[in-house]
Amino acid sequence: MILPPSPEYLAIAPETTGGGSVSAWGLLRLRRELEKGLPLTPRPYQTLAERSGLTEGEVMAAVRQWQSQGLIKRLGLVVKHRTLGYTANAMVVWDISDDQVHATGQAMAAMPFVTLCYQRPRRVPDWPYNLFCMIHGTDRPGVLAQLDSLIADQGLEQTPHAVLFSTRAYRQRGACYVGRD
Amino acid sequence: MKLDATDRQLIDFYQRDLPVCERPFRDISRQLGITEDEVIGRLQSLQDRQVLSRVGPVFEHSRAGASLLAAVAAPEQQLDLVAARINRAPGVNHNYAREHTYNLWFVMTAPDEAVLEDRLDELEQQLRLPMLRLPMVEGYHIDLGFDIDWEALP
Repeated sequence: MILPPSPEYLAIAPETTGGGSVSAWGLLRLRRELEKGLPLTPRPYQTLAERSGLTEGEVMAAVRQWQSQGLIKRLGLVVKHRTLGYTANAMVVWDISDDQVHATGQAMAAMPFVTLCYQRPRRVPDWPYNLFCMIHGTDRPGVLAQLDSLIADQGLEQTPHAVLFSTRAYRQRGACYVGRD
Repeated sequence: MKLDATDRQLIDFYQRDLPVCERPFRDISRQLGITEDEVIGRLQSLQDRQVLSRVGPVFEHSRAGASLLAAVAAPEQQLDLVAARINRAPGVNHNYAREHTYNLWFVMTAPDEAVLEDRLDELEQQLRLPMLRLPMVEGYHIDLGFDIDWEALP
């Protein structure tokens, strides 16, 4: 599938690249390359430049701009927690009243052991839960103890919830938005 | 998996803010007091050992394209088979078995919402299983770059 360059995130301000305009197709190729991760070469941005038909300066300018725009939220080592021993991973889902969900979500996100937290729509009757949080730990008793402290801390004793431990990872990898599978 | 002190430092210092400059691994090597070649070698080895999925950017999903968490309730004895079918669908980057009636949870990504919906429709028809589609309404914390608690690891 060939995707048209999206003007919103593929336009690089000329002042960041020394005045010249940067090829939108080159930037799209760069996006694809970046989704695979930084090449482990002494000059990774030069390697990316060669693969995407840009200059090293254009690549670095694009990465910096995408960081400042928030398109890239983190640049660094992406850890596979399971390999390190974080084998107990619970997705805890809650049915929180609509007027409370935002505040509860923010409070949960501030707990140090909550690694992800977001609101999603209910799908009643099959799925009554609208708030999700993830707890990564090394063993189940530890994760359940953290959940207990979360419940006590947030006063959620009466709140319907379910704990979904993961039993197997069939796939875990970086997102591929513009790249091909 | 046990990592040595230098590997741990690499992870502790560089889950974020990797330098954007011509020789980023040389910058890191100076910080850690090792050679640039050793930094590159260690990162490659961490990737090869599946400690790292990659070195690189994590894109903000809501701005990078479309993505959606979905779940299906697969018959327990067909779990592996259904999971494999889900993995064959385009754009699936996470896929976990979880303890629930909805026992397979996966994230699908696509360049835009229309493509995403098409892909999910096609997969749903293929699987002939009811699918929960749960787009994100609001994220309160969506960054897995938390500090590793080395002492707590087995």
